[in-house]
Amino acid sequence: MTSTISVAFRGRLGRFDLDAAFDAPSRGVTALFGPSGCGKTTVLRCVAGLQFLPESRCLVNGGTWQDDSVFLRPHLRPVGYVFQEASLFPHMTVRKNLLYGAPKDGPKEIAFDEVIELFKIGHLLDRAPRNLSGGERQRVALGRALLTQPKLLLMDEPLSALDRQTKEEILPFLERLHESLSIPVLYVTHDMSEVERLADHLVLMKAGRVVASGPLGELQSDPDFPLAASREAAVSIEAIVDSYDASYGLAALSVAGGCFVVPTASAKPGERRRLTISAGDVSLARHAPGESTILNVLPARIVSVIPHEHQMVAVLALGTDGTGARLLARVTRRSWEHLGLAEGVVVHAQVKGVALAAPAPD
Amino acid sequence: MTVELATTATIILLIIGTPIAWWLARSKAAWKEMVGAIVALPLVLPPTVLGFYLLVTLGPSGPGGALASLWGARTLAFTFEGLVIGSVVYSMPFVVQPVRNAFEAMGERPLEVAATLRASPWKTFWTVAVPLARPGFLTGAVLGFAHCVGEFGIVLMVGGNIPNETKVLSVAIYDYVETMQWREANILAAGMVVFAFSVVLAMTTLEKRTARIGE
Repeated sequence: MTSTISVAFRGRLGRFDLDAAFDAPSRGVTALFGPSGCGKTTVLRCVAGLQFLPESRCLVNGGTWQDDSVFLRPHLRPVGYVFQEASLFPHMTVRKNLLYGAPKDGPKEIAFDEVIELFKIGHLLDRAPRNLSGGERQRVALGRALLTQPKLLLMDEPLSALDRQTKEEILPFLERLHESLSIPVLYVTHDMSEVERLADHLVLMKAGRVVASGPLGELQSDPDFPLAASREAAVSIEAIVDSYDASYGLAALSVAGGCFVVPTASAKPGERRRLTISAGDVSLARHAPGESTILNVLPARIVSVIPHEHQMVAVLALGTDGTGARLLARVTRRSWEHLGLAEGVVVHAQVKGVALAAPAPD
Repeated sequence: MTVELATTATIILLIIGTPIAWWLARSKAAWKEMVGAIVALPLVLPPTVLGFYLLVTLGPSGPGGALASLWGARTLAFTFEGLVIGSVVYSMPFVVQPVRNAFEAMGERPLEVAATLRASPWKTFWTVAVPLARPGFLTGAVLGFAHCVGEFGIVLMVGGNIPNETKVLSVAIYDYVETMQWREANILAAGMVVFAFSVVLAMTTLEKRTARIGE
């Protein structure tokens, strides 16, 4: 196990007991996902030391932040914390907010100018927080957290207080952060679309307990976990841009076991992009269809199936040997029986919609 | 005399009252409301009751007398120092209440944010809690000051009425009335009314302004 974040928190929490333990890798974004009130925010607060639960343990990067005899107070933990509301200090300018937690000297992972550049907040520096829009505030809060030179970034639903449009405005910044940042991130959310776009690793929580924990792609398509059978079932696949046809505005992206053609405004060959394909957008055919407007028809093998009421959710592996990237397809039970589908059968997956994450802004 | 007394008392009030207010706002101890009630007592007790106990405490046979003997005096009662102590005690609730409210109103969040930004509790207090509680400090200081100027009963009991030493405005008015000097009493009384009015007005305007800044 390469993970270097290992936590276990136990304690009474309102109506239920919290008993959450998981490991997370020392790189990339680990999403804590679950319904409201399942204890994910409490877990994050415990990691930051803002909340104390006895009988708990919190080990990060080889350092012990909490165990039976140790409890490091919050200001001694090298974390950056982004709260749901930006929580800027109202009596300070943006610049003072940004510099409040920045160390005066010592090695710097990220410099003031880089943060300004990354979040495009240079023109806001001398303003008071009350004159900022919600999205601008949250960008400043992100920058402020990063400037403390944290060893671990904690984000507590940083987008949930924002309206849809502002959310779309911030997401590219988070995606970009994901690309450029080497420190691990714990990201609390109840929005699956944020998980699909940002997370590498997923911790599923329910009523104070960890239901499952693992790499995102594995959990999304694992028939033993509730995600694959849920209404918004989808998979996220890391892809690399092969080529871009500017005359049609289409990018060809290769993934394990296949290749997708996706409309997008721009793409650079070699660029890493993330595809999200929901189970409802994939239909199955026994034979390669004739001419069709569907761009992506890929051979795949059915590796398992989850019956769900009158629907069947098939887990597919791209390619014919069963080793490619996983896809989910939701079909009706009638079609399933009519086509004689079963585990091990090779089919043609017709993908009607592919969401392509925006490229890192530059 | 009056202004000197009120200023000294207000400064001491802020120094002592702030930690009390902070503790009352932050502590989870069950008995903190006991302390809160003791601090608030001067609001409801007749000034003579308070003055009586202060006189006993500050007098030659009380702890105040022991303290005074350190610099060779016999008692703190009927001295300027005694008056300051008395003023601090009876004005305490007027400072502690608004400051405590201000500390409570800001909530935990700014303090948590500061902690995650590596600020020690001490730094958090000075750079976040105190600036955010500024309206509370302002109200507290103004109320405390005004109350020190206006109090009569306790001043008379603890301070006596020694010209140039413990004679303050409110007592002076009483003196003038006793000796039938209506004109002088009138001037002083009218002055007090104007003073009180300007204090209250200044306070509300200042508070509005800081509220706007702090939004």
